[in-house]
Amino acid sequence: MSLFFALTIACYIASSLGYQGYILFQKRPIYRVASILLWVGFLCHTGVMGLQYLETGHVPVQNLHETLSSFGWAVVGVFLILQLKYHLMVLGALVAPLATLCVVIAAMLPRPPVELAPLFKGLWRTLHVGTLIVGNAAFAIACFAGILYLIQERAIKDKRPGFFFRRLPSLKLLDSMGYASLIVGFPMLTFGVITGVIYAQMVRPGQFWTWNPKEILGGITWLVFAALLHERLAVGWQGRRAAIMTIVGFVILLLTFFLFFLG
Amino acid sequence: MVEKRHIVAIGLNHKTAPVEVRECLAFSSEDTPKVLKAMCQDASVDEIALFSTCNRVEFLLATKDASKAVEAVKDFMAAFKNTPRQTFEQALYVYHGDEAVRHIFRVAASLDSMVVGEPQILGQIKDAYVQACDHRTCGVVLNRLMHRSFSVAKRVRTETGIGDHAVSISYAAVELGRKIFGELEGKAVLLLGAGEMAELAVEHLANNRAQPIFVANRTFERGLELAERFRGTAIRFEEVRDYLKQVDIVISSTGAPQYILVPDDFKGLMRARRNRPLFFIDIAVPRDIDPEINRINNVYVYDIDDLKSAIQENIDERQQEALRGERIVDAAVIQFRRWFQGLDVVPTIVRLRDKMEDIRQKELKKTFSSLSSASEEDRAAIDRLTAALVNKILHDPTVFLKKSGHKNEKTLYIDLTRRLFNLDESDEHEPEPRG
Repeated sequence: MSLFFALTIACYIASSLGYQGYILFQKRPIYRVASILLWVGFLCHTGVMGLQYLETGHVPVQNLHETLSSFGWAVVGVFLILQLKYHLMVLGALVAPLATLCVVIAAMLPRPPVELAPLFKGLWRTLHVGTLIVGNAAFAIACFAGILYLIQERAIKDKRPGFFFRRLPSLKLLDSMGYASLIVGFPMLTFGVITGVIYAQMVRPGQFWTWNPKEILGGITWLVFAALLHERLAVGWQGRRAAIMTIVGFVILLLTFFLFFLG
Repeated sequence: MVEKRHIVAIGLNHKTAPVEVRECLAFSSEDTPKVLKAMCQDASVDEIALFSTCNRVEFLLATKDASKAVEAVKDFMAAFKNTPRQTFEQALYVYHGDEAVRHIFRVAASLDSMVVGEPQILGQIKDAYVQACDHRTCGVVLNRLMHRSFSVAKRVRTETGIGDHAVSISYAAVELGRKIFGELEGKAVLLLGAGEMAELAVEHLANNRAQPIFVANRTFERGLELAERFRGTAIRFEEVRDYLKQVDIVISSTGAPQYILVPDDFKGLMRARRNRPLFFIDIAVPRDIDPEINRINNVYVYDIDDLKSAIQENIDERQQEALRGERIVDAAVIQFRRWFQGLDVVPTIVRLRDKMEDIRQKELKKTFSSLSSASEEDRAAIDRLTAALVNKILHDPTVFLKKSGHKNEKTLYIDLTRRLFNLDESDEHEPEPRG
């Protein structure tokens, strides 16, 4: 494990603790430190990915180790970018641990040598997996925002303002964050599906759609998010139902993701 | 030799006296100057301050003879208010010394208030103090005590969460609105009916830039009146259902005997609203809004009991914070005691002499270490010289301080001496009292 990778893991862990501490104690300086640590971790992680690219000559999305690590990187990246606009501080308490989990598991996984496909095919595969990773990262954040929304909504509906009511932001902010993540994620997902179809054409010419479980699940995921986006745009769906649908969509997405590597 | 001073607090508050007793004994701000002047005539009273609010009446005294002063205050209250002593004597509390200091600190810091942490009390005490200063009934002791209590109150407010979170119905409504809508700016408000609490809630929302404001009342004229007050629009009561499509917050406080909105009224409404959240604050008893409506997605209904229980948690939280406030008060009481005990002739003179002697010894040491050629005899001579200097310089001030003067002047001179020579070094620096 490279020094940079170790540094990344250390930063993510410390940042996770910081965000949890912020939720617990509500002290602004803790949040600031956690946020800076996450930025530092992200920069280190970017460095790791860059070095990997220089070393191996391919974008690190080929095996499970690389993909997980890239996914963690994308989650933090998307979060940090959205954070610039939405300042949803408590979300870090979910994002940082997820990123930590990804890089820790990635660190423990074996790294089988990658058999690179011929250049042209490889490009499509990289595009396919790369966009899906960024899309998934956005959906992960949408899912977290949805979970927080449901918790806060429960507190308000049940009229029991307690621990979470004080610490979570407004329903409006949580809903907007979910919506923004969806808008980032959906085009990525769509592009990922299209490039996937093109790549499949190269691997097995002539067979456009084979009805294998991966494809079916992938199709369902796309339909779920397409429906959600449509409802949001057309009839102004928001709140609880949108949050639940986002979470369901993300769970199916995760299944597809793991089926792809394990199945 | 001056006689020892005592600080005494006599009073009653919402805990010790029911409102019938409090209203009999409350002093208006026109009464206060008369009270202060009259009480100052009493030989046993050196300094006095009086504050009277709807929840408390407090006399704060500096006196040489505590028991006589207490009796004088009780007699005065009975005479001034034309009430027999036995009607209020049970409700009175009398605190002496440290306890009196602690009491005034706690009152100022709002630890003794009916709603712990409410911020008005400090302002009321400051006003009372300004009045006492205007009539020159506060001397060195009460000046110091009052200024101390202001700074203790400020510390308690900034260092504990005693003032955090809403503890009134209308603030709770605003806080909830923020949790639903993020910010209230530009959120449309509809007031159904009228009533003090509902109007207060609308006012708070308007202060948070919620607008436009609509008012619906059974009598349109009354609605117009209210709408004018909030710079809103009056609508007819029959139009309410239409307006539900565009408003975000509804505050309801009508005298209707049954629900005026039921779930059936919401068919198709949320679609027309594009699912934007709708927040009902139902202050009416009996209720105006069917609680079943709370089950509808993106609609939130809070009735008066819900708001009250939301506040209760905040009140409990404040109680926790109040404990931390008590610790700040405890420390301040000890600090004040140190200053107050020093406010006597003998300790002041001793302290002054100690300080001079200390300086003399230090300077001697410095001089001798650079004067290696000086003989034992020379050193003894220098030692005698400096000792004589200190004695001669301190002679007149000592005589002046010991000479008995007027009671208030005495304390003033002692306090001045202590400040002039910085004899209370451990004390933090205090700004000069006004007035």
